[in-house]
Amino acid sequence: MKENKKMKTIKEIRVDVNKCNGCLSCEMSCSAAHAMPPYTSVNPARSRITVVIDESTDAYIPIRAGDYAEAECAGRNKYTIDGKEYESCLLCPASCPSRSRFTEPDSGLPLKCDMCESLDIGEPMCVQVCHPGALTYHEYQVEAEDSITPERGEKEIGLEYLVKRYGLEEVVKSVATMAKKSA
Amino acid sequence: MRYAETGFNLEIDLTRGNIERVATDPELTKLYLGGQGTADKILWDRVGPEVEPFSEENLLIFSSGLLNGTFVPGANRTIVNTFSPQTNLHAHSMMGGYFGVEMKHAGYDKIILSGKAPKLVYIYINNDNVEIRDAAHLAGMGTTEVQDFLKKDLGDDKLQIAAIGLAGENRVYTASIEHSHCSASRGVGPVMGDKRVKAIVVRGTKDLQMAEPEKLFHICKDLRKDLADNPGAGDWMAVDEDDGFHHDNFSWGNARVRQKNYWSEELQQRWTDIKYDHMDRQTGCYNCPKKCHNVISWPGRKRFSYKCFGKDTYHMASFQELDFSYEILGVAQEYGLDSYSTPQVIAFALELLEEGILTLDDFPGMPEDIRGRFFYILDMIVNRRGIGDKLANGVYWAARQIGNGAEKFDHNTTKKFEQVPIKLGKVNPMFFLMIATGEKMNITQIEGSFPQDPLPTIEERQAFVDAWEAVPDEKFKKYFMEWERRNEMPSGAVCDIVDWNEAMHYIDDAIGLCAFVSSFRGQFGGKTQYNIHNIPDLIRMAAGLDLSKEDLWKVFRRNRNLVRAINVRRGMRRADERPPEDHWAVRDEEFEQSLLSAYYEFKGWTQDGIPTPETLEELALGDVREDFEKRGIYSAAE
Repeated sequence: MKENKKMKTIKEIRVDVNKCNGCLSCEMSCSAAHAMPPYTSVNPARSRITVVIDESTDAYIPIRAGDYAEAECAGRNKYTIDGKEYESCLLCPASCPSRSRFTEPDSGLPLKCDMCESLDIGEPMCVQVCHPGALTYHEYQVEAEDSITPERGEKEIGLEYLVKRYGLEEVVKSVATMAKKSA
Repeated sequence: MRYAETGFNLEIDLTRGNIERVATDPELTKLYLGGQGTADKILWDRVGPEVEPFSEENLLIFSSGLLNGTFVPGANRTIVNTFSPQTNLHAHSMMGGYFGVEMKHAGYDKIILSGKAPKLVYIYINNDNVEIRDAAHLAGMGTTEVQDFLKKDLGDDKLQIAAIGLAGENRVYTASIEHSHCSASRGVGPVMGDKRVKAIVVRGTKDLQMAEPEKLFHICKDLRKDLADNPGAGDWMAVDEDDGFHHDNFSWGNARVRQKNYWSEELQQRWTDIKYDHMDRQTGCYNCPKKCHNVISWPGRKRFSYKCFGKDTYHMASFQELDFSYEILGVAQEYGLDSYSTPQVIAFALELLEEGILTLDDFPGMPEDIRGRFFYILDMIVNRRGIGDKLANGVYWAARQIGNGAEKFDHNTTKKFEQVPIKLGKVNPMFFLMIATGEKMNITQIEGSFPQDPLPTIEERQAFVDAWEAVPDEKFKKYFMEWERRNEMPSGAVCDIVDWNEAMHYIDDAIGLCAFVSSFRGQFGGKTQYNIHNIPDLIRMAAGLDLSKEDLWKVFRRNRNLVRAINVRRGMRRADERPPEDHWAVRDEEFEQSLLSAYYEFKGWTQDGIPTPETLEELALGDVREDFEKRGIYSAAE
């Protein structure tokens, strides 16, 4: 039976926080690679990876953008790792209403890391430019779960966000108006 | 469309609280590129020679280098310019890190501070939102303490902050401006304090455009990898624990004692252990894979960092070991003090005490031990308490204010500024010219492209020049092939070499490249990442300026002559261009002066060191010539 099970590829970026030198080449290159068209501008504020730097505790933590959260957390945690204290908010990959991290600076739309799949460049760009070796890329196969959420691209994520914020009717109205204008 | 730069400066008049976003003239970018180049144009136009450094009319300019924020790795320098209270001349200063890049993303190539705030303030810049805010609650805070506080208080870990400590607030002449693990020294800290600005906070989230971005991205991706792998770039002292070079050759105490056989294997092992037992990490600056800053956590101290010779200055001034530098750096950096000049001031004070020019009455309650004394005097200087009020003005001024024969113990300053403490035997003609004519007040800001020492065999020299890509002209290979003894080089070659060394620094200061990947580093190994050949292409792709190698060289000459003009207008002349009298044991005044004359001629300067009318016209600095003529600067010198 087992050989009939569906397999899926897990793509993973491993982070060695001790190797990070804080150069932010990952942020810079991510923002350039995802510019439209690719590489036409640079703006780390649009990056889908952010390096949280706290020089007072010597914390250098690259974090990749995950899904957006609709609301703030009900409660927060504080972690102490090797004697250094981290707030869970600092380590959280979500684009959320309580802060500006992982939101487009112009539109406020959420940003999400796509492992550079949309770019056809092989390993994710952030890994390719991380010469200190804090970021490394790994791929492996695991058995697929039965229920897999359908793939959502950038457009879908953005639209979902707008629908949740303004309601489906409002978004449809706006799209219809825009379609009329450009027709 | 402006590429690589934003096309706007942020002008803040602290006296009136006026804030303006001012469009800049793209023609000035063509002439001066950016960074210090365009800053000096502003200083020339707007700050007359009569303006006192501590006055509302003095400007404090933070410039982001032209290539900062573009894909070019290692372009991240913030250049800070003003007029220094210590030298009363142009102050050149810069820092690495992230600040200048954040400025660009906020929409500004420069932040120009004028006037003086009525009370201590900090400046908050978030894109178009710029505010002057009360900083009463930040008074006296340490430099890393205040950066940490503001990031948490304002709830954004992405803020980039440049701040002064208590030393800057109290207008100590050796005060620095600190940012991240970087600092800007040589005269800018006290001016920021005089303007009553505790900190500048910047956050920027705007796009930056480049002329040929896609091509540049891929070239820079390869360049970044080369840079990571290139042992000829970055601070080798971050990884090479053999520091016999400084300890055996540089002078200890008040630049007095050379300990030729100080370094040993046992010492190296012990110090290596001290370093790695306390080092948290090594960090780089924005878009640079190098790891030049050593971040140290020392018991009872705020975490601090250092690079290069900054590790040695305190323990060499006090005849102690590395652990003492570690013990005091965490305190000195919180105060915001330059680690090059400050230890010399303290050693100078202790020498005056030993000589009886100062007495124990000048140091009430001072501890007996040398370490305690250094901490005690550091504290007096920072608070300008008692004799510290004079010492806070640097060795030159303190010597004159103390009097009673103290002047003759001021033996290591040039243009009123503390020099690197090296006392050698025979005059080195290259270093003579660089120390004499440099206007950045520190040899590290002019030396750098041509090797410091010859190679012993012809075969080694040949192998070196064969791989030597950085040379602007084949003649430098010939000079190197024929070079036998360190202190012997034909005068014509000396002029060429010093000019090349200086050129690369002036280019870096305009475009924001770090000297460790460019202008400073070729002297050790030759294989620097950037040179006169590859920089023009990067400028074209980033900024859209089509410059040949020759054009770029001309920009260097223009920017160099503008600094000279600014200082000439403030009274600097040939008589000021003297390295410390004891810099070398054996001097030859006639030879030195003839070399200086030859160099002035080579540079297109009069025999008093003033750019000639022809030089100024050739460099499109006709307004400088007119100003000189109007002021009678040429006729007075005749």
